Amino acid sequence: MLNPLQRRMLTRRLLQTVPVLILATFSVFMLLKLLPGDVAITLAGENASAERIAEIRQNYGLDKPLLIQYATWAWNALQGDLSSSLLSGEEVTTTLARVFPNTLFIVCYAILISIVLGVPLGILAAARAGGLADRMVMLLSSIGVALPNFWIAMIFVVAFALNRTWFPATGFVSPFEDPLRAIWYATLPAVALAASGVAEVSRQLRSSLVEILQSQHFRTLHAKGLPFRSILWKHGLRNVSVNLLTVISLLVNRTLAATVVVEVVFAIPGMGNTIVNATLQRDFPVVQGAVLAMVLTVITVNLVTDMLYSVLDPRISQQ
Amino acid sequence: MTDATTSTPAAKIDRDGFPTRFRYWMMDDPVAAIGLAVLIGIVLCAIFADWIAPYDPTLQDYGAMLEAPSAAHWLGTDDLGRDVFSRLIHGASASVYAAFLAVGVASVIGIPVGLIAGYAGGWTDEVISRILDTFLSFPAIVLAIAVTGVLGIGLTNAMLSVGIVFAPQLARLARARTLVLKQELYVDAARCFGASTATILGRHILPNAIQPVLVQMTLLMAVALLAEASLSFLGLGMQPPDPSWGSMIARAYIYAQIAPAQIYAPGLAILVTALAFNTVGESLREALDPTARR
Repeated sequence: MLNPLQRRMLTRRLLQTVPVLILATFSVFMLLKLLPGDVAITLAGENASAERIAEIRQNYGLDKPLLIQYATWAWNALQGDLSSSLLSGEEVTTTLARVFPNTLFIVCYAILISIVLGVPLGILAAARAGGLADRMVMLLSSIGVALPNFWIAMIFVVAFALNRTWFPATGFVSPFEDPLRAIWYATLPAVALAASGVAEVSRQLRSSLVEILQSQHFRTLHAKGLPFRSILWKHGLRNVSVNLLTVISLLVNRTLAATVVVEVVFAIPGMGNTIVNATLQRDFPVVQGAVLAMVLTVITVNLVTDMLYSVLDPRISQQ
Repeated sequence: MTDATTSTPAAKIDRDGFPTRFRYWMMDDPVAAIGLAVLIGIVLCAIFADWIAPYDPTLQDYGAMLEAPSAAHWLGTDDLGRDVFSRLIHGASASVYAAFLAVGVASVIGIPVGLIAGYAGGWTDEVISRILDTFLSFPAIVLAIAVTGVLGIGLTNAMLSVGIVFAPQLARLARARTLVLKQELYVDAARCFGASTATILGRHILPNAIQPVLVQMTLLMAVALLAEASLSFLGLGMQPPDPSWGSMIARAYIYAQIAPAQIYAPGLAILVTALAFNTVGESLREALDPTARR
């Protein structure tokens, strides 16, 4: 299915991820080292006994050299041991397994909305570049990018949950328990998150489509008497469809970051609330675990989209 | 992005002084002129907040809580009877401080790193580029939250971490420009005359590489502003009782059932400021780069 060139390309890309992974995990590991003072005392919490502090120092290997500490931490993390919450004592991996799917559900929902609305808007703008529709779409997308998403989330709550009770104001239902209710609960947060996503998708799609429509080979198609409609739909879109992949990988990163704040507005038991509460309560193992999970997700998505990109667009692997 | 513009009208503009070029730019793009005026207005608000604001932003009046807009309180009062309009004006200083601090930190770290990576090439470049890739895969706000939590909660720490997260974006741009510029003849000439690496980077490459970086810095101001609002909203940025647009929204949201109108003003302030930064940034990009036309 894959030619040798593509296979070599994919291997190269996979190998490139290794240093990024090591650096990323090392940075996450170093987060705790930034703590002022003795980490063991901070981790033990207030009024901890001397034995508890010694135990923590032993558990975290704080008396060993830095690289050994990192290796131990990474090895434990690989086996799913990210230590446990300082407050509840719950294993961090258990917490993450509970809350991460909720965040992923909302992120996927928001990205789906961004694409379903953003793609037609981008095509509309590019097809009438410079026209009224184009100006309107570009104006909306400028506003979408500049909107604080937690603020638009609140406006949605006031308008559609308090004034009219079309949607619930807060809360979350797991899609595994009740898919329909899950969608109903997740709609307002997802739409709030998608405000900037729609803007991003339509803007990117418009600019790459306009660029392609102005290129030489489209002038040729036009000169051959092909109607604009089929130039746009049959040739233009095929050329930009791969660019969408890049936009999506960008969106995953942005949306994942934005959910953190939007989840707080809707009191959704996801990564955002977990990380914010843990930070405010100085529950550092949870903060560290949550950051790790999010960074690994972004790195994986980047890797997968890059690999898909090189498989779908033969020009890339031939370079 | 070539410099082959000797016979185009742009070359004429290039010979003019800054005031003339500035006038051309503003006349060419009235929307950007409005954006710039808005930004100047906000900076003035931030500097002269004490004189402009009709009330002390932390003055509590329990006789007038959650009041609707009136002649005495143009935007009403919050849950502690504080004047929302005064808090909005004082909030501008938090936003301006936050945006400049974050972008300042990002450029102090990012620009030199990018210049060095691009100029040195080879292994140095390879290592720095991997580090940049790594930091670009961190969701910005998430890292800022974690670093703020570790360093201690507060606006300055929050914006320092946002600045660190932004640095790779500027470094990447500076690196890309340096890769092109280091092959220019005048850089070769400087090297032949025995100029030190620092001189070459500072006097010959940086001035020519700075334009796209400046554009990105303007656009990052908007992102920093939104980040400040988000972090203050989460309680990790500006601490009470000092006002910030983000924390004003957070507080107003608690009372959204009773006084929903309170959440609009600070959000609009954030939106307008971010929009102004973006408009000026995009316009600057087009003004500086004659090949990028709409």
